[in-house]
Order: sequence, then C-alpha cells, then structure tokens
Amino acid sequence: MSEIVLQTKGLKKHFPITRGIVFQSKVGAVQAVDGVDLELRRGETLGIVGESGCGKSTLARLLVGLETPTAGEINVRGQDMTKLRGGDLRRARRNIQMVLQDPYTSLNPRMTVGDIIGEPFEIHTDVVPKGDRKARVRDLLDLVGLNPDHINRYPHQFSGGQRQRIGIARALALKPEIIVCDEPVSALDVSIQAQVINLLEGLQEELGLSYIFIAHDLSVVRHIADRVSVMYLGRVVETGRDLEIYEQPTHPYTQALLSAVPVPDPTLRGHRDQIVLEGDVPSPANPPSGCRFRTRCWKAQQKCTDEDPMLTLRPKSAHASACHFAEVRDVVHAVD
Amino acid sequence: MTDIKVKNEFLPIDPAAPLLEVENLKVEFRTANGVAKAVNGANFRLAEGETLAILGESGCGKSVTAQAIMGILDTPPGYVTGGEVRYRGVDLLKLKEEHRRQVRANRIAMVFQDALSALNPVFTVGFQLGELFRKHRGMSRADSKKRAIELLDQVKIPAARQRVGEYPHQFSGGMRQRVMIAMALALDPEVLIADEPTTALDVTVQAQIMNLLAEVQRERNMGLILITHDMGVVADVADRISVMYAGRVVEEAPVYDIYARPAHPYTKALLESIPRVDLKGQQLSVIKGLPPTLTNIPPGCAFAARCRYARDVCRQDPVPPSYQVTHNRTSRCHFWKEVVGVE
Repeated sequence: MSEIVLQTKGLKKHFPITRGIVFQSKVGAVQAVDGVDLELRRGETLGIVGESGCGKSTLARLLVGLETPTAGEINVRGQDMTKLRGGDLRRARRNIQMVLQDPYTSLNPRMTVGDIIGEPFEIHTDVVPKGDRKARVRDLLDLVGLNPDHINRYPHQFSGGQRQRIGIARALALKPEIIVCDEPVSALDVSIQAQVINLLEGLQEELGLSYIFIAHDLSVVRHIADRVSVMYLGRVVETGRDLEIYEQPTHPYTQALLSAVPVPDPTLRGHRDQIVLEGDVPSPANPPSGCRFRTRCWKAQQKCTDEDPMLTLRPKSAHASACHFAEVRDVVHAVD
Repeated sequence: MTDIKVKNEFLPIDPAAPLLEVENLKVEFRTANGVAKAVNGANFRLAEGETLAILGESGCGKSVTAQAIMGILDTPPGYVTGGEVRYRGVDLLKLKEEHRRQVRANRIAMVFQDALSALNPVFTVGFQLGELFRKHRGMSRADSKKRAIELLDQVKIPAARQRVGEYPHQFSGGMRQRVMIAMALALDPEVLIADEPTTALDVTVQAQIMNLLAEVQRERNMGLILITHDMGVVADVADRISVMYAGRVVEEAPVYDIYARPAHPYTKALLESIPRVDLKGQQLSVIKGLPPTLTNIPPGCAFAARCRYARDVCRQDPVPPSYQVTHNRTSRCHFWKEVVGVE
C-alpha cells in the first residue's frame, strides 16, 4: 500500500453561538465537525458523503486551512498543519488545494482566465519564476482540456463545465499532491458531469494526485472513490472500501441513505429494499446523546442513548461502523 | 374578490376529451441578444392517473413548457408563438386571462422547485394556503384556516394545527416542499405539474417527497407531469418519458422501453453518461461538446453536432420528423433503427 499523505486525528470545529452585541456571551456551539479521523493515501480517492448540514463542507474548509480547528490534528506528510505558522504554513498549504462547488461564483468575473489561474503564483512567488508564469498557465489550460489561446478571456465567456475546468486548473497550479473537491460536479448537467469526472480521473492517473471527494450524490462518489466515509451530524458513521460501503453497508444511516438513491433502471422499481427515514436531521447545536442517529433509527435501543458508539470494527461488520448493532443489509440491488 | 366563479360555466369542457394535450407548442424569448427559441414544437399528451416525465438538461425548454401550460410565462420577454395546449378539448392559449385564471390551481396546479423563493416570507404558511380558498372559493378566514390545517395534515406535516401559524423560514426544506404540494392540491386539480420538485433536497428527503407525490396522485387519479433532469427519479415513478433537447421532444416512450432500448442517440448517450449507485462503472462515456445556444439553433437535428450517428442529412433542414418506433413510442432521429438496434 502506498504511503499516507493526509491524516486527521480527532478533528473538531465548533462554531460558537453568542448572545448580546456589546457584551457577548457564548451560549452554545454548533458542532459542525466533531471528532473526525481520516487517512488518505497517495493516488487514492476518499469519498465523503452525507446530507446537507452533516459537516462535510466544514471538513473540507478545515483541511485546506480556511477554518481553524477547535481541536485535533491535520497531518500532511507528517507535519501538523494546525501548528504551523507564517512561511512554513504557506509552503505546507501548497500541497493541499481545493476545487469549489459553484463554478459561477468561485471565479472572479473581472479577472481573465490567465489571471485567475496565475494568481497562486503571485502568492507563492518562489514556485515559478515570473517570466515563466504565462507559459505555465498555458500548460495548465492545455492540461485540463481548454484552449491555451483563451488565456485572455473572461469567465462569462465559458460554459459551466469549462469554468469548472478553470477551477481545476487553478487548484493544480502549485502542483499539489492532495486536492479537496467540494461538490465539484453537483452544479453541472449530467452530460457535462461525466466530462469533469473523467478529467479528474485522468489527472489523478497522470499526476499521481490524491483526492478528497466530497459530494452528496452517492452514485458519483461510487464511481470515483476508492474508499468512502459516510458522515452524519459532524461524525463519520461508517468508513470502508467502495465495495464494503455500497454492497455491504452495516450502519443503519448508510443503509437508509443508499436505499433512497434512485437507480436509473425501471425494472428495479418496487424490487428494492426501501428505507424511508422519518423526520429531519437534529440540530448540530444540540445533538442527541449517545448515537447521533438514534432519533431516526429503527434499531435504536436504550444502549444507543447511553453509550456513544465508536467508529470501529464490529462482530458483523468487516469495516469500521459506528453502530452498536451493525449488520450487513444490501439495499442497492433487487431483493426478490 | 368574488368575481371568480367557483365552477365556471364559460369553458366548453368536454369530459370525454383527453385530459391534457400539448401540440406543436412554440415559445420564444425576445431579448437584447436576439430571439431565443426556447420551445420549438413540443408535443405530448397526458391521461388521468398517468405520470409523464419531461426529462432534459438545463436550457432544453422543459420548465418553459410548464410555464406556458400554466400561463405564467414572463411576458415580455417570453411569448408563446404557436401551438395549442388543450385541457379537456379547450385550447387554453386562446382563453382570456380571467378564464385562464379559473383553470390555474382549480384544474391545473404546479409545484415549484425552490419552495423558499416560491413562498412569501412575510405571510404565515396558513395564510398563504388559505388565500386559495378565500380567492377561489370565497371562504371566510376561519373556514380557510381550517382547510389549511386539513391540507397540512394530508401532506403529513406533524402538528399541523401549530405549524399553520408559522412562517416559511421556520420550516425545513422538505417540510416547505410539502407545503408547496399542499398548496397545489388545495383546489383538487386534475393535472399537477411538478417542476424539479426534489432537486434542492437531500436524497432521504427526496424519497419522502416522491412517495408523497405518488400517493396523492394515486388517491386522486391525477395526471402528473414531472419535470426533471434526474434519470434515477424518473425510473422510479414515471409511466412515460418525453426527452427534450433544444426545445423539442426528441423521444417519447414508455419508461421500460426507454431505459432498455433508447431510440434517440441523445437519450442513449445520457443513459451511458450517468454513474450508478448499484454498479461500479468503468470510464463514463461522455457527450462531447455543448448544447446549441437557443438564439442560434443549427438547421436539421439540433443534436447532430454531438451525435455519433450523425450523417449529412442530419445537419440539413427539415428537422427530423417524429418517427413512429412502435405504436406507443416516437423518436426524432433519422437513424432510430440503428440506435435501437433493429432491422
């Protein structure tokens, strides 16, 4: 197995809820990310799935250093990012870049494509000498399948899929090893989605990149990810290889989530094990005691209220699952 | 506001006529950058109890078609320039606005994509639901509130009696979409048009909403037009599918046929380009290029530039006609036989 390039330990981000304007007092905290342990290996894609509000985007922002964690470590190649300051931090950050969700708002409409992709070189001035920058930008455009002659165009002259390519080129500018993709294809149409997914896969092979691929679309994640972590209310509830998560899910939340994904095959209609969850996700400011999923879980017992289940191997689960009663249930295939 | 009659005597409705027929509908947007032909001859029909899915990518004209049927197109810049929309034999496009208003919500109702922007933030949910009964049925405030509570109950909103007095921002996304559905169902319409009803929602909530829609449709034997880009959702609920591309219905077929053997290259390419949750795919096949700009649709078949079956005849006018593939499915492709794989 290849070496670990990124590792987090007990990563937490709590956003304070304050009251008062002049004399502010903290009255609580939104536990957006609450103790996440991850491992990412070279050349691997780790998919992170979960519904809105589960903390997956906050996790992405923590990883690239856009938020300061409340607690925990982020180790990139053995260096704890949370302890670095100044020049060391800036150099470490080059190694982990981000592709944002919305290609319409994440590109400055007043900057040319060349300026957008070249901006990282202005901040990290020692990466590429000034004279070579333009050539490097042209190479990047070529790499992501855009015409290098369009270097002086503005974002509005490109379609959604092309803009996402610009975002990818910008993320690649500093030759990072790790790219965090936060919902990179969810704003795109299906036919364009496939183009961008294939591009990401091709770049990974060519440049040996490692991806953290965050998405709410479980089909897309299955396609691209080698391993998958499922998040619920700030915690990872189940993690495993793609086959383990999709074919043998053991956590009830994963099972419910997977069973709700529609499959584009009408012959499966009525032949799939459908679990419809009741109610909504509880507020992350006031999560339930014990297991956080227990309020919507059909297996919940007293133990789930009293005891917080750890993310670990279970008697009936060959991969890590945070459920006291973890058990395999196939929900994506026909069950007749 | 009592000038709107409860049951209209003006409309020469023929109960034996088909529920809804759209024929050769054309819509264009006249903008400063030219005329965008959003819908260029859409055809379909809908029967009682049937679910018709209109499937397509952004800009294919699916939402504009829905707006034209409802008569809520923004004019200007949008204009219906041709065709007919017949509800029980009556061409809605020829009706006066005041008559059209009786059809809206009473006969044909709509659920919008983004419930937060479709609901008015400064009125309570109960007030907005009750408004339908007050305006269309002339009910009193107290009665309309009672009906609003019943409706919220029907769409399974817990504690409806308390929630009726709350504002839209106090509801979660799924609950808001339930309110939208309640609103659409309020006056017992025969046709429900749902425009991307679950696109903004998480998958588990999407499943709840789709189940709810299917249930109310079954109970009331409504005709449902489901507008979506999601081929998964469609496979679960639709009876028939119309695939739209650049403002035209390029293929129409029963749901099982279209997934098993698509008869238009666009449908086929779409199906091959979506990842599936139950299979680990190989490389996704890609539809190269982009959809045409609507201000400048190429002659002949609009998909020809991206099509692997295209020949010279495809790039010339006239537009491919609707070929009858079997008795109940059509395809606008000259080479549908090749696509479907029969001789």
